[in-house]
Amino acid sequence: MLVRPKAGILDPQGIAVERALPALGFDGVHDVSVGRMIELDVPDLAELDAMCEKLLANPLIEDYEVEHLEDLPTV
Amino acid sequence: MRFGVVQFPGSCDEADALAACDRVGDAELLWHGDHELRGVDAVVIPGGFSYGDYLRVGAIARFSPVMQEVAAFAAGGGPVLGICNGFQVLCEAGLLPGALLPNRSLRFVCRQVGIEVADADTAFTRACARGEELSIPVKHTTGRYFSAAPVRVVFRYASGVNPNGSQEDIAGVANAAGNVVGLMPHPEHAVDALHGSLDGLKLFASAAGAPAGV
Repeated sequence: MLVRPKAGILDPQGIAVERALPALGFDGVHDVSVGRMIELDVPDLAELDAMCEKLLANPLIEDYEVEHLEDLPTV
Repeated sequence: MRFGVVQFPGSCDEADALAACDRVGDAELLWHGDHELRGVDAVVIPGGFSYGDYLRVGAIARFSPVMQEVAAFAAGGGPVLGICNGFQVLCEAGLLPGALLPNRSLRFVCRQVGIEVADADTAFTRACARGEELSIPVKHTTGRYFSAAPVRVVFRYASGVNPNGSQEDIAGVANAAGNVVGLMPHPEHAVDALHGSLDGLKLFASAAGAPAGV
């Protein structure tokens, strides 16, 4: 699950990172946005959207996308 | 008038909230695992870091048993005040509109601020006058209010003192009915001469003077 600030909402973390990069010599970087990644092993993929809407993301301020990682090595 | 102050694991301002309520009525502690509100007349959700504020501020607390009771109480017109983390919890629970985002500065702010009463017709501002300025401290890292939809604004930071980049200087909002109010500043830390301000008392006095059930 990738969760990020909704477009148009000020993302001070992204701005701070964007300002730090030139200090290290990485120029020309734009549109930095900092979100979070949530990894889950779920029995039913159909429940993922409901999980995001109800808990993992706040749809008022965040967008999310689901990435399916098949064939991960099991521990 | 009996106030119930909800304590979650991670709450830290419940003692001051109890002391503030005690000055205008009676107060007792409600535990997050409670399945009843023990007949209290008003509920205060205090500040702190409920459930460690894991995932997002207030996100986990809304699922606690006591919050189901608070939601039903609020739906019936019962007065509910959310302070700081309590405000964040009420937003996550959908009892108040909008959400709280990290301060624009990304820094913790702790200072006395002036807030202006924008709406003196809610359960917690009836003892105030519209336009009145109250001196109340803020202490938070995640207080930047945001709502895409229009909201009932109850408090605004005084001109030039917005501590967090909050939309339209919003410091506190209410639900449409005015019985649920949330704000980032801490009125329970402004109820004694030693605090340097007694202005916070007005919020608790407003609820205590309100007719039963509001």
